[in-house]
Amino acid sequence: MEKMLKVSSNPHIRSKDTTSRIMQYVVIALLPATIFGIFNFGLHALLLVITTVVTTVLTEYIYDRCMKKKISIGDFSAAVTGLLLALNLPPKAPLWIGVIGGVFAIIVVKMLFGGLGQNFMNPALGARCFLIISFTSIMTNFDCDAYTGATPLAAIKTGEGAPELLDMIIGRTSGTIGETSMIALLIGAAFLLAMKVIDLRVPGAYILSFAVFIILFGGHGLDVNYILSQLAGGGLMLGAFFMATDYVTRPVTKNGQYVFGIFLGIMTGIFRIFGPSAEGVSYAIILGNLLVPLIEKVTKPVAFGKKKSKKEAV
Amino acid sequence: MSEGNSEARQGSMEVFFNGLVKENPTFVLALGMCPTLAVTTSAINGLGMGLTTTAVLVLSNAIISLLRHIIPNRVRIPAFIVIVASFVTMVELLLEGFIPSLYSALGLYIPLIVVNCIILGRAESFASKNPVIPSIFDGLGMGLGFTVALTAIGAVRELLGAGELFGIPVINNVLGMFTTVEYVPISIFVLAPGAFFVLAALTALQNRVKRKMQEKGQNVDKIQSGCSSDCASCSDSGCAHRFVDVDGAPGSVADAKANKKEG
Repeated sequence: MEKMLKVSSNPHIRSKDTTSRIMQYVVIALLPATIFGIFNFGLHALLLVITTVVTTVLTEYIYDRCMKKKISIGDFSAAVTGLLLALNLPPKAPLWIGVIGGVFAIIVVKMLFGGLGQNFMNPALGARCFLIISFTSIMTNFDCDAYTGATPLAAIKTGEGAPELLDMIIGRTSGTIGETSMIALLIGAAFLLAMKVIDLRVPGAYILSFAVFIILFGGHGLDVNYILSQLAGGGLMLGAFFMATDYVTRPVTKNGQYVFGIFLGIMTGIFRIFGPSAEGVSYAIILGNLLVPLIEKVTKPVAFGKKKSKKEAV
Repeated sequence: MSEGNSEARQGSMEVFFNGLVKENPTFVLALGMCPTLAVTTSAINGLGMGLTTTAVLVLSNAIISLLRHIIPNRVRIPAFIVIVASFVTMVELLLEGFIPSLYSALGLYIPLIVVNCIILGRAESFASKNPVIPSIFDGLGMGLGFTVALTAIGAVRELLGAGELFGIPVINNVLGMFTTVEYVPISIFVLAPGAFFVLAALTALQNRVKRKMQEKGQNVDKIQSGCSSDCASCSDSGCAHRFVDVDGAPGSVADAKANKKEG
């Protein structure tokens, strides 16, 4: 009774959500895709995932120690970054790729800008693009024991024809460790949606606008098989549900989130259809991240009780 | 024009080291970023660009200092550019004739030395108000500071991005002594983003060394005011005021003060 009568300043209602809890949910949601990737690609994939996650967490710990800051690895964000980065690596990439990528993601993209909440782009994607530009041949070589040959998207691009649709949805194709299985990713996404960690605004706008773009410019019209292979074949599901929804690097305004999602969809479509490479999700999301401050400025909602003056609108 | 200002009273060596260390054009003043980022893909390119710029800087500083009483204040910038452009043309032709490999590596960036901020900046803020000898040493110090910076950036980028130093595969040579492992070059460092990474890292390192030195009580403050801190400020407030002030040209600060008094 005494406790209930205690008067304090607001906020009075607290939710149990903390940064570390949300990040733990994300890790749990990524587990199906991770486990499937390891099952699919073998022991080396497991080693790569472990190496990358250990690197990111250790890097953040050492950075905090050296800079005499509060140790921030308890919020699990470094672990999420490491896991996402590992899922974005080819299954046979040497382990040092994970180490270099992890160090780059944490130090250059995240901590130098002030740590969690201050980074202007998704650390895992920043590191992935750094690795793709630096080690192009390693990062685009998806050969492994189980699968040889092109990724589904590359096969579509060169006109070889995509693999069986069912294989792509289950994930029995070549690709990065975590991107191949649409089912596993959707299970994780459903978990995050159920826990209200993410909502459908960004991924929904992203996937829908991408589908519309593919119908308009893909050259196959309303061919359901083609559209589904574009949706399932690359990193779109992983990017849309797990990386575009990153709290730090997506817009905070609701309308801004739709704009952000549509921009990502169009950019991914442009990269995939008109660009030289078969995949474009990571570059699209990074470009979107860079536009977030502008999107937020334009879509700033009007405060309650205030009229939207023309000057402000412009 | 008064020559009794603090800069003119400094010894030549002090002016020289000012450019080399305390007011390093690249790491402290952040001048001439365009060639700094663009041509430093290898140590030899950085060295070549730095030395070329140094030659132009020394010669143009000397001539501008000689002509500083003759050049009318209002047309000083065009006059400086004509002088600089003549030297750049000479250097360009010499390079093309005697070091064609460097000439082709630096390409467009040789004629662009004409509009290099460092050269115009030093002409405006030093050579145009100091005697010839200090101006030459200022050009030498600034030019060598630029050379050292560019060579350092080029060396780091070449080492990480290609595993080589001045064209010699040093990393693989060293690794080959112990193991059979081959170095995999991080090719982003020879591309445009690498230039920014390395420039930022070296500037940070330089600031840290400086702070450490300051803690030990050594004087590493800038000798000059931060007047030539970037290109834009050459023509506006900082430098222009100081420059115009001395001559008392119309519209100068002195004039404005005089007007106020009259009012």
